[in-house]
Amino acid sequence: MSEKVVKKHHREPLIHITKRESMAWWKAWSIRGVAILLALAVAGVIIMLVSDLNPVDVYVAMAGGNFNLEDPSQTRMMWVTFQKVAILLCISLAVTPAFKMKFWNCGAEGQTLMGCVAAATFMIYCGDSMQPALLFPLMLLVSMLAGALWGVIPAVFKAYYNTNETLFTLMMNYIAISLVAFLEIVWESPKNSAKVGVINLFTKGGWLPEINGNRYLPVIVTVLLVCILIFIYLKYSKQGYEISVVGESQNTARYVGINVKKVIIRTMAVSGAICGLAGMLLTSGINHTIYPDAVEGQGFTAILVSWLASFNPIAMIFAAFLIIFLQRGAGAIATNFGLDDSLADIVTGIILFFIIGCEFFIRYKINFRHSKKGGVD
Amino acid sequence: MKKILALLLALVMVLGLAACARPETQTNTDPQNNGGVVTPDTPDENVEIDQAKLADLKIGFIFLHDENSTYDLNFIKAANEVKAALNLKDEQVVMKKGIPESSDCYEAAVELAEGGCDIIFADSFGHEDYMIQAATEYPEVQFCHATGTKAHTAGVSNFHNAFASIYEGRYLAGIVAGFKLNEMIASGKITAQQAKIGYVGAMPYAEVKSGMTSFYLGARSVCPTATIDVKYTESWYDETKEMEYANALINDGCVLISQHADSMGAPNACEAAGVPNVAYNGSTNSACPETFLVSSRINWAPYFKYIIAQVCNGEAIATDWCGGLKNGSVELSEFGKSVSEEAKQAVAEAKAKLEAGELQVFATSTWKKDGKEMTTYLADVNTDETWQGDTEVIENGAFQESKKRSAPYFDIDIDGVTTK
Repeated sequence: MSEKVVKKHHREPLIHITKRESMAWWKAWSIRGVAILLALAVAGVIIMLVSDLNPVDVYVAMAGGNFNLEDPSQTRMMWVTFQKVAILLCISLAVTPAFKMKFWNCGAEGQTLMGCVAAATFMIYCGDSMQPALLFPLMLLVSMLAGALWGVIPAVFKAYYNTNETLFTLMMNYIAISLVAFLEIVWESPKNSAKVGVINLFTKGGWLPEINGNRYLPVIVTVLLVCILIFIYLKYSKQGYEISVVGESQNTARYVGINVKKVIIRTMAVSGAICGLAGMLLTSGINHTIYPDAVEGQGFTAILVSWLASFNPIAMIFAAFLIIFLQRGAGAIATNFGLDDSLADIVTGIILFFIIGCEFFIRYKINFRHSKKGGVD
Repeated sequence: MKKILALLLALVMVLGLAACARPETQTNTDPQNNGGVVTPDTPDENVEIDQAKLADLKIGFIFLHDENSTYDLNFIKAANEVKAALNLKDEQVVMKKGIPESSDCYEAAVELAEGGCDIIFADSFGHEDYMIQAATEYPEVQFCHATGTKAHTAGVSNFHNAFASIYEGRYLAGIVAGFKLNEMIASGKITAQQAKIGYVGAMPYAEVKSGMTSFYLGARSVCPTATIDVKYTESWYDETKEMEYANALINDGCVLISQHADSMGAPNACEAAGVPNVAYNGSTNSACPETFLVSSRINWAPYFKYIIAQVCNGEAIATDWCGGLKNGSVELSEFGKSVSEEAKQAVAEAKAKLEAGELQVFATSTWKKDGKEMTTYLADVNTDETWQGDTEVIENGAFQESKKRSAPYFDIDIDGVTTK
């Protein structure tokens, strides 16, 4: 197919584009590296044009928003950064099986939020009264089930009635958000404040336990485990293979005897369950409260992360880190230089533009006329 | 399908289990702490501060938004003012802006504590629990929180609440409004019975109701036939809704508007409709010169100075601190051009009486509930699970606002107030 892109003319066009078969991993990553450097250079020029700041200072401030550069022995900031990466990574991992299947799951926000709801329910009603050995496994199970339920509903409708899953999952988000807004009134403290407040602030009932006095590790370790499991699931399991076949062509899948309906529903259950897990980690391990915006749009950012990493769970670690680094860095720019978020948004936008843009050069080859080597990277 | 059904069933069962009775959780309620609100009497300009300690002091601020929000701007301005007044160096004052009411607030507070701050201040109501959480972990650092309600019951000795008796400022602003209504009646523009005020409120929450009622009582002390209609936007900042609601109130016959919400929505609507407006949190005189009457605001500089002085001098910070007119925490802005000399005179007299304690804003003889004067009322002062009134607040012939804790708790819809 790719060879037919070029029409035979008596004069060749100046450039033509062909799809690459594959590219050595080190080549692909050096292209990405160059893209980031170029992005920093372009953003630097723009920073100098629109403000009187030194771009290097701006980049140092961005890094300073993620890591304590002044006193590297203070590791808390770094742990917070990694914890945020872990949550985004977890949701990105969750959406990946569905996306690989070409099921456009835009409902990770709601599925995660349902996990939050389940965890918060346990914390409020059982956090102080139930044994932790029973509480946490139950909380985990129910959170995953709640997320799975939110994912399976649109999947069933897709499988049996061929409804549009993008719209359906989006609408499920709004139901989850409204449900949380309602629960906020049920659980509010103090009265009429429409806020739940920190649950079990003094008893810490139902708060995810610390590992070695480190409150960030439980979330990070759990997500790394999930990352490895998803990697194995997608790459080496039979179900993972079925997902790719259904994603490539449903007709082929049917022809080889795969039950497409079953795969769709099962995959969305997996997707939703991991979202539910992310929600539980978020509520029991980090926020210790619940509010409609608890997932902070990460259900959508996760889609970007998943695509950016070409559905590769290991690459997703880097993609999630990049997004969090930019987000936290942007906040630091605003604080350090007394600006609002606009300059930070510009810098983030430029960097994302270059990174997404460079994928084009990794997947396609540009051929110039008279070019003997036939490609520029 | 069978498997899914089984899953669903399991989910329902477990959720049902989870819904078991909510256990009684312990709250650190200590009624002994009630009534411990410190109300400063004098401006603290001449308070002596240990200069050696001051040179080593580090203070951290956590703000919900940045300068683009009028609410946070009021705090940021005060922080900068105090920084300049006390000659604090840049590295002594750390400001974290745009910190949401989530675990990010806890992380920010902890980061400031580990960064060597002696005092950490947060400006938003929803920051409170996260500040308490951080306070329990860093007992040597002082955590101060504006507008919160939990310090007197939390039992965390390094966590403090602060507010100001803004109801007194509102009352004075109400007097200006009352004179305006009387002018309209005298000129025949409206009858005495048509003296209806419109109020755009954020949430039906004590802080808003207290401000609205004190403003109304101020107006009624001058114009006895005045009534007030209030509409709540259910948001602290929603420019479109605030404008819409102001217009709705105007169309409904309100001849004067005031608001407790953070945007320019209501003042702008008033300017467009030519309806007089009493502002809050800052003067809108330059944007709305034709309709602006007066504005009241809390000046946080005295509190910032107070906490710095206490820490430098090795003294304890009050669990509940409530500034007022006398120490400069509550301020009235300049008057709009249409305000009469007579009104200005009356405001000055009332201010002197309030400061001298001769006048009480919520004196029970001036308002009724269901046609009766109230002699007893249990307000929900202690934030706990019961949400019941727990503290008698009507004493000495007045509702004692901000005396049992710094944040307002007046939440009665008095006669004359109509919620639309």
